[in-house]
Amino acid sequence: MTIEHHVSEDFLVAYGAGTLAEAPALLVAAHLALCPDCRADLDLAETLGGAWVDRDLTGEPADEGLPDAVIRSADAVRGDRRLGGSAGSPGRGFVLPQPLRDYASGDAATLRWRAVGGGIRQVPLPMPPGGATARLLWIPAGEGVPEHGHRGLEATLVLVGAFYDRNVWYRRGDVEIVDADVLHRPVAGPEEACICLAVTEAPLRFRALIPRLVGWWHHI
Amino acid sequence: MGSAGPLIPFPRERPASTGDPIDAEAGRGAASAPGPDALLAWLQAVARRQDRAAFTALVRYFAPRIRAYLLRGAGDPAWVDDVLQETFAAVWQKADSFDSRRAGVAAWIFAIARNRRIDAFRRDRRPEYDPLDPAFLPDPRPDGEQAVAARQRVDAVRSALAAFSGDQREVLRLSFYEGETYAAIAVRLGVPLGTVKSRARLAFRRLRTTLAAHREEPR
Repeated sequence: MTIEHHVSEDFLVAYGAGTLAEAPALLVAAHLALCPDCRADLDLAETLGGAWVDRDLTGEPADEGLPDAVIRSADAVRGDRRLGGSAGSPGRGFVLPQPLRDYASGDAATLRWRAVGGGIRQVPLPMPPGGATARLLWIPAGEGVPEHGHRGLEATLVLVGAFYDRNVWYRRGDVEIVDADVLHRPVAGPEEACICLAVTEAPLRFRALIPRLVGWWHHI
Repeated sequence: MGSAGPLIPFPRERPASTGDPIDAEAGRGAASAPGPDALLAWLQAVARRQDRAAFTALVRYFAPRIRAYLLRGAGDPAWVDDVLQETFAAVWQKADSFDSRRAGVAAWIFAIARNRRIDAFRRDRRPEYDPLDPAFLPDPRPDGEQAVAARQRVDAVRSALAAFSGDQREVLRLSFYEGETYAAIAVRLGVPLGTVKSRARLAFRRLRTTLAAHREEPR
């Protein structure tokens, strides 16, 4: 049950700082929903920020009227933000964590999966053009994704079942990061189909000129 | 500006340099400031009964600090006042979603301000998990243990930071507080990118290890 393969702290830091592109940020958010340890790391990152906020006395004091002004303006728009919860009762077994259901417009069972060959199906998720792409993949039990390489990084988060790749099992919540130009052939576990989120760097435009890491994870 | 008299509750004196306020006991200047318990009590009063006096106290304490944070590396742009106001509007409206098991008040308000600032400039979406999602996997540790751990975390982070070397702390400050990328930090410090990365990772892991002890053995 315990998640063994996490997103790296670099990704967490970039996610927290808002410098991660949308597709990898979605993968990090979905991993966080399933991983108390990484949420604790994110909390630690914010505790660090809070430590400096606490000590920074260089700012001017607030206007005396600021608290009242805030309350007036906040109360004027009250009502729409008190509850941020999701629809759906706790008893209902969603497979995809938020915010994946938002992006996919549904849960795994209700999506329109499209065949992409070899028994594999996918649902592309909407992302800004020109950046990293994200899609949900459905791999039949025991089947493999044909061997492939990438021109950029590929990150995969397991949502249902498991897959085996390069001598490691990845299960729900686990993340596999595969560097550019590595050939690999992930295979779904034998018991059930594997559903995962795959985020892939878009083909690089300036391959030879700029270090490839610049493109995707803006941060690293 | 003359000397800050003892009757002024929130010190106005500035550190001599624009450097790291955690360094060199600069924080002693805040000795008369309310501690974490007072901040928590104020926030809880806002959450439970929309206590205006408590909210005013929170704004007085945090507004200069959040303003200083927003001004870091930004000159004095017009958006600062807007983001400051939005931040405290969120504090007023969402005080009841503050989770004392996860973080301290300063960390919570810092994160709100940081996210508001990010949203003011980002064009694409910034996906976030939802703790109320039925598919969300909660922390298996008991609530009480988490709350104790969160309180200790704030103290432990403070003392751990003080023990770091200046170089390590500067990387942490630029990364976690100012939100700079490793590449930008390398430029600012004039050191290779690899050095920034390794300093940041080592320092963060050391912190995590220190805190892991608190997670395992709350007292």
